[in-house]
Amino acid sequence: MSDGTTDTNRSGGLGFAVVGAILLVVMPLLNLLPPEDSWFHLSDFSLNRFGKFLAFAILALGLDLIWGYTGILSLGQGVFFGLGAYCMGMHMMLTIGKESVYGSDMPDFMVWNQVKELPFFWKPFYSFPAAVIGALLVPMAFALVFGFFAFRSRIKGVYFAIITQALALAAWLVFNRNDTNLGGTNGLTDFKQVLGYRLSEPGTQRALYVITVLCLGATYLLCRWIIRSRAGRVLVAVRDSEKRVVFSGYTPANYKLFVFVVSAGLAGLAGLLYAPQVGIITPAQIGVLPSLEMVIWVAVGGRGSLAGAVLGAVSVNYGRSVLTNYFPELWPFILGGLFVLVVLLFPDGMVGMIRKGKSLLTQRKAAEEKPAVPDRKVAVSEGKR
Amino acid sequence: MAEPSSFQNSIIYLDGVTVDYDGFKALNNLTFMVDYQDKELTGKHADEIVKLGIGRKFQAPSIYGNLTVWENLDLSLKRSSKGVFPTLFGKSTAEERARIEKNLETIGLKDYAHTRAGSLSHGQKQWLEIGMVILQDPSLLLVDEPVAGMTDKETEQTGQLLQSLAEKHAIIVIEHDMEFVRQIARIVTVLHEGTVICEGTVEKVQADDRVREIYLGRQKVAH
Amino acid sequence: MMISLRHTVATLGIVGLFLLFGPSRAIAADGPVTAPSTSSIEQALTQLTSEDESIRDAAIRVLISQGDAGLVPRLEGIRASASRSIRQAIKPLMDLLKNRAKLASPDSDARRSAATDLGSSGNPSAIPWLDAAKVNESNKWVRYTMEESSALIKLASDDPSTKLAAAEKLGELRSGNAVPALKALVEAGAVAEATEQQKVLAKVAEAAIDRIETWGDWANAIETIFRGISLSSILLIMSLGLAIVFGLMGVINMAHGELMMVGAYATFVTQQCFTAWFPPDVFDWYFPVALPVAFLAAAGSGFLLEATVIRFLYGRPLETMLATWGVSLVLMQAARVYFGDLTAVVAPGPLRGGAQVLVGVYLPYNRIFIIALSIVCVLGIYFALFKSNLGLRVRAVTQNRNMSACLGIPTRKVDSYTFAFGSGLAGIAGWVLTMVGNVDPGLGQNYIVDAFMVVVTGGVGKLAGTIVASLGIGGLNKLIEPGLGAVYGKVFILVMVILFLQWRPSGLFAMKGRDAD
Repeated sequence: MSDGTTDTNRSGGLGFAVVGAILLVVMPLLNLLPPEDSWFHLSDFSLNRFGKFLAFAILALGLDLIWGYTGILSLGQGVFFGLGAYCMGMHMMLTIGKESVYGSDMPDFMVWNQVKELPFFWKPFYSFPAAVIGALLVPMAFALVFGFFAFRSRIKGVYFAIITQALALAAWLVFNRNDTNLGGTNGLTDFKQVLGYRLSEPGTQRALYVITVLCLGATYLLCRWIIRSRAGRVLVAVRDSEKRVVFSGYTPANYKLFVFVVSAGLAGLAGLLYAPQVGIITPAQIGVLPSLEMVIWVAVGGRGSLAGAVLGAVSVNYGRSVLTNYFPELWPFILGGLFVLVVLLFPDGMVGMIRKGKSLLTQRKAAEEKPAVPDRKVAVSEGKR
Repeated sequence: MAEPSSFQNSIIYLDGVTVDYDGFKALNNLTFMVDYQDKELTGKHADEIVKLGIGRKFQAPSIYGNLTVWENLDLSLKRSSKGVFPTLFGKSTAEERARIEKNLETIGLKDYAHTRAGSLSHGQKQWLEIGMVILQDPSLLLVDEPVAGMTDKETEQTGQLLQSLAEKHAIIVIEHDMEFVRQIARIVTVLHEGTVICEGTVEKVQADDRVREIYLGRQKVAH
Repeated sequence: MMISLRHTVATLGIVGLFLLFGPSRAIAADGPVTAPSTSSIEQALTQLTSEDESIRDAAIRVLISQGDAGLVPRLEGIRASASRSIRQAIKPLMDLLKNRAKLASPDSDARRSAATDLGSSGNPSAIPWLDAAKVNESNKWVRYTMEESSALIKLASDDPSTKLAAAEKLGELRSGNAVPALKALVEAGAVAEATEQQKVLAKVAEAAIDRIETWGDWANAIETIFRGISLSSILLIMSLGLAIVFGLMGVINMAHGELMMVGAYATFVTQQCFTAWFPPDVFDWYFPVALPVAFLAAAGSGFLLEATVIRFLYGRPLETMLATWGVSLVLMQAARVYFGDLTAVVAPGPLRGGAQVLVGVYLPYNRIFIIALSIVCVLGIYFALFKSNLGLRVRAVTQNRNMSACLGIPTRKVDSYTFAFGSGLAGIAGWVLTMVGNVDPGLGQNYIVDAFMVVVTGGVGKLAGTIVASLGIGGLNKLIEPGLGAVYGKVFILVMVILFLQWRPSGLFAMKGRDAD
């Protein structure tokens, strides 16, 4: 975490524009224009899968805010992701209507469980705007309440990590129950349409992809704005010395709560985009293990760097998707090994490695031009938490 | 432990406080009064007390290592609100920037404004922290062993810094470097095992038999 | 009693002796009943196959009153060739005879189940058998069952005074089994056309039910408390190692659950070795042998984990959590690949079954064992921490790492050994968990979050914190489970822990002093 706050200042604009253009224009065009057998063709499946990764990247950005910048390890992000995805999923379940297996207006699993009347908390989700707002606000409200109690009593560090992990476990248990009317173990699935657009149409999926890219871009800008604001520096300051923050007249609990709620909202947004693209949401996506896996996205990419979070989320998930396909038994080994390796050897992740490589290059160049290498490098070894 | 202080207005009133760590009494039934504008401090959180005008400098330098010196000072600057949203949307005014510039000069870190604070030397970090506390505009500055671990030259400079600050702020320094105490102190309070045993000017304190016995050692006489 | 006998014999190594004596004893026990009064029995046996129901019933009555278990093989023969209705008639007869013989079995469990069966058969001819067997019965609970069964049969009799006495007796015995029959009596007395006798009977039955149900509540409460303590003990054994390491190094080892799994698999492997290479008579000895094996396997794994991962992450507790979680993933998957998903350990003989302490209160031996083990573990750790040299160093380093290093304590070594010791405790936890569930790769995950909560709630540096927290969380868990269900119980406990941390943010026993922050 040598200087996570200042790096974006320099490299910002151009890179953002290039990556944005590739994601937003080039990828969909590769999907649309070249003939299917062309080498350049991007299949519908690949584009859709990539859209899912980008949804995860949104979550990773939020997690990076709270963990990378503020130093608070939340092992419960899966819960907020799940809340967002379930809100959207409930809406899509209700729009299935008579197309369902049992031909009832009610979701299939309710018919199966002999639930006669739609539970009250499902009713608002007939409306699409309500579902979208819910997907953002429900996780945020939940984080607000949970975080209020946690941060107010100054639960921090390992304690906070454990508490949020317990939260993930509890949420997983609750979502698995049939009597909560959320589909139990099988979750919500068999979605047919969103706003009248068929989910099975490639065009719909392409649109969802574009929306995801736009959301990711907006999220990135939002996070960058937060990080560069004075409040963003307070977040880093909380990580460095919470005691000093208090004696500088700030209330750290409020800042932590703020960043926790923002990260929960982003996780909810990720879930909101995930559900229609993947077509299923089950408790398996929100438990202890998935929540931990989310942390590794950020760790691999490079915590304390927004680009790193995005890079990590996409690359780890891509690796997962490829490897679980070919060597399903191997994936847990790789994931576990990755965790140990990144933490032990590359604490700044991929971005840290790139940066190190760059600085080595410039150092060599500088050494060729003039002998001494001044300041700045001295501090890298210092003060990691 | 000696406690030089410069009296202006007082802010805190503590009555019969005892603090001990594993049997060692740090404060023994101490009554301590700092009375200031009738403000009630009992039961307030640290950040609220800060807002009432008390700044605190810790013994070990406590700064934000991953922020630049400028950012460290900018965060510490006294502002009308330090809530999340004002801070999120807040922009520095020209006047605020000028204050930080001036402060950088005072603490002698003008050339390091955009250096990561974590890479400063120990003495520089201490000065930075003092600078941060000053920018909060406190009426009372609590300074805990500011020169521990400093070189003689740094100690001398720190002394000058504190003396120049004493013009505008009430400062309480806890220190047991007697040379340093002599340099900066106006009133010295000597605590032994948590109990006040002597109070007065440096000369008076040094002349006190009990202080000599306890603090300077029985045989050794102050030079 | 059989079991303990078998053990003594096995330990002496004179297995053959037992094999000779065992069956002969059983035959001897059957001896006195076998006194054939041949002619009438032979006649009844032939009459059994008669199509005339009254002849058949008479024959059955004769066989019940005069026959014994020795007839069972012959009855089997008759049944094999008989028609369906005859088969149905003979079956209860055979059961009665078998159970009658079993009433004299040397095995108390067999006697008891025979008494229960006779009671539920409802056949009045069993009453004198039960009453007779009761007189000579030495086991309190077998005697209880005999009385209960006898009263149950009497309750179904036609004689009102017998019925009345039986109802009273069953209430006195607090017999849970009698409730349905008693309720039927109450209902019979409640209808409009009920006779005076029925009404009196209903009153008595109601009083009996009341007594039985009040007692049932008590028994439930006692069992709930016992289950709570038992769960607490499991949590405690798991958390102890975790808490010691957390106190010393500020590190939560997320792979602790998988170290438990290592211990459990070590137990499993030991068991497999015993089945493969040792005679079956010493099979039960695998369990005590597995204890050091599990401890050492887990301690060794922990030692390696510390040396290769954790030592490089000092002062970075969150990173340690993540890295150890990575390790846990690898260990879990390795177990899944190597052992497959379902492997079970057979509980050793002495830990199978349970003890009845009160009417309706039944305590399984394995749970009692776990409670005892947790006490032993606490005492062991207490002595290790407070009476041993290493313990002194551990406490010193826990309090002030730098000062200890200055005093010449090799803090690195202390860390390393303590971590290995904590991991070994996880191994013991895994060893004992094989008694309550399957050995599977997810074994560690089932309880580990609870164990984390225990550590967080208990705080660091004090054993008492861990003990109180496990008792609190385990006890609360079982206490609210009947009302809220397991899932909402867990949620409730999470809420409670968060609220508790409002009051004590660093657990029950927090470090105090200047360095606390």
